[in-house]
Amino acid sequence: MASGSEVGEVAAPIEGALSGISSELSVRGEVVSIRVRPEDLREAAERLLRLGFDHVKAVTAIDRPGEGIIEVVYHASSYGNPGLTGIIAELRTSVPRDDPRVPTLTEIWPSALYQEREQWEMLGVIFEGHPELERLLLPEDFGGPPPLRKDFKIPTEGINA
Amino acid sequence: MSGAGSGERTLELLIGPQHPASGHMRLVAEVDGDVVVRLRPDIGYVHRTVEKIAETKTYLQTIPLIERPPLADTANHNLGYVMAVERLLGVEAPPRAQWLRTLLAEMNRIHSHLYGLGIHGIMLGSSTAFMWAFGDREIMIEMAKRLTGARITYSYMIPGGVRRDLPPGFAEEMEKALRYLERRLPDYDRIFFSNPVTRARLEGVGVLTREDAIRLGVVGPNLRASGVAYDVRRARPYAAYPELDFQVVTRSEGDSMARMLVRVGEIRESIRMIRQILARMPDGPILAERYAKMIPPKWRDYVRETGRIKFPAILASLRPPKGAEAVSRVEAARGEAVFYLVSDGGPRPYRMRMVTPSLRNVVLFSHLTRGCRVADIPAIYGSLDYFPPEADR
Amino acid sequence: MVCGLSGTVLVGNLERSARRAARWLVERTPVRGIRDWGIKFSLWPVHFTTACCGAEFAAASAPRFDAERFGFLPFVGPRQCNLMLIEGTLTRKMAEAAVWVYEQMPEPKFVMSMGACAIDGGIFWNSYNIVRPKDILPVEVFVPGCPPRPEAVARSIIMLQKRIERGESVGLRV
Ligand code: SF4
Repeated sequence: MASGSEVGEVAAPIEGALSGISSELSVRGEVVSIRVRPEDLREAAERLLRLGFDHVKAVTAIDRPGEGIIEVVYHASSYGNPGLTGIIAELRTSVPRDDPRVPTLTEIWPSALYQEREQWEMLGVIFEGHPELERLLLPEDFGGPPPLRKDFKIPTEGINA
Repeated sequence: MSGAGSGERTLELLIGPQHPASGHMRLVAEVDGDVVVRLRPDIGYVHRTVEKIAETKTYLQTIPLIERPPLADTANHNLGYVMAVERLLGVEAPPRAQWLRTLLAEMNRIHSHLYGLGIHGIMLGSSTAFMWAFGDREIMIEMAKRLTGARITYSYMIPGGVRRDLPPGFAEEMEKALRYLERRLPDYDRIFFSNPVTRARLEGVGVLTREDAIRLGVVGPNLRASGVAYDVRRARPYAAYPELDFQVVTRSEGDSMARMLVRVGEIRESIRMIRQILARMPDGPILAERYAKMIPPKWRDYVRETGRIKFPAILASLRPPKGAEAVSRVEAARGEAVFYLVSDGGPRPYRMRMVTPSLRNVVLFSHLTRGCRVADIPAIYGSLDYFPPEADR
Repeated sequence: MVCGLSGTVLVGNLERSARRAARWLVERTPVRGIRDWGIKFSLWPVHFTTACCGAEFAAASAPRFDAERFGFLPFVGPRQCNLMLIEGTLTRKMAEAAVWVYEQMPEPKFVMSMGACAIDGGIFWNSYNIVRPKDILPVEVFVPGCPPRPEAVARSIIMLQKRIERGESVGLRV
């Protein structure tokens, strides 16, 4: 069973593995959060893979129109390395909202294949080098901005609906 | 059908979205004679934009919403989401509530596995398996109904606790139900699992190696059938799992048969766990003190006598701190479900990311069917226990 | 078509007239009653799962509730079915498929829609990707609930049977 201190123990090797990459590390429960610049994303992912983080659990993009950025967050963990299964590495980066481009991580983590595609579709993040960046969930004729962006409005309940 | 495949020899075969199995997706298979060259799952037929709608609902209203996609397996997803909300708010459910959550989660696992088994039976053309599994599933549903009041959409877990306490006489009834299920499992074995037809159609079909399973990030019984002993209940125990004695069922073959048998093994484990839970359930409140004391005084007696929570008004407008983020993962019946919540300090989630087990298993469709026969597609599809609404959300 | 009939020669489309006569006859009281009675007990819904309500639909056809006693038997091909049950939300992608399937079914055919979603969107009312079935198909019976209990499905089958019996069903009139 992984405990809080164990997460702290793992944070150190992660920090070591990421030396040379400008990154910010923080620990939140079972999650070790790593913020990197978009150009370092691939390098950081490769090093995490070498450390034993062998699959991606979730790829999430978050639209923040207030700051003019889109954040791309990868949650990676391990199946093969028993010491790491209790820990989630959260690799995050932000890209400008009007030109959201990040390199794809599908070659490093093939498990990101469908989720990157989904985030491309839902938030318009372009994963450069992704083998099949095409519609996944939406109908072919879907128009309008990517639906999970904040400027795509849907009706809401309440008086101001 | 068209000749638009990669060469002269291949045909494109469209399967679905209307087909005898659990429907709602299309498989685009490129076939050369009887052999599948390439298969592309065309999903999104049940994409109902849960993540977007969640941004317009409060944290409490989102609970029924996230239960809809995985309809046969609501309790586990409910638990995952509520855990994430609790982490945002810094609340913890009291021990009895944790045990009750675990109880419902395991009951749900049993009936969800039986659901998968029944659908798999239909895909293999075994109506008996469908009828039996769906009939026996009703027993767990009935028990869950006594506990929660609903057949399958329980919304039982709320931030800080659960909605209802155990009804009187529940443990005895449950014991009867479990004994019945235990008696039934050998019957299934005789008529379905060791049936020569089933074995011929499943053994050695759709083999997933351990390396591929890890590489592709497969989850749940599909992963464990390939020999990876990863189970969130073990890797990062939550609710009452740290105190329960159970085994992580794995197999090494990685074929369709193994995937099915892992589920059967898990039903047995769940039965064991439910017994332990009912025997060792701690006493105490079922809602965190922080919220319980906000229940209006005139309802307190009612709550004490019936064991049913009257929601304090605060639950309707939970506001986690600005900028808070939480990740939670649970072992749902079909595999690991991950919830990622981002708060902006308002009463609604700023971003709710829901990664369901089926979404992570979609990748298997193209991977496992390469080079198989057309007739093997349903056998493989069924063995994945794939539920399209869950993947599309 | 020209055909000889004991000396006289009739000119006209015999096939069409025959069909018209048959229709006339079928609409008369005793025959019509027998026909509708027959339709009533052979409602074969096509296997067309549109969303999560499908789980409860399956439970309705399973042993505990056993909808087959009403002559209700889910079947594979749309060509052999006369009932379409919209099981929950219709997304835009699925709506297209629903219309295809409906068009492939032989007449008379009936449409029932199950779940709050299939009435007016239900919990997904503000989704950008759904279609309300009543806008695209002639729905006869709505089954409220999210998901409706299997008993509700059974009840809705009986309602449809009554409508057929009384000749109110729109499916009979197409
Ligand atoms: S009515 Fe409820 S159960 Fe049925 S499809 Fe809609 S959300 Fe799902």
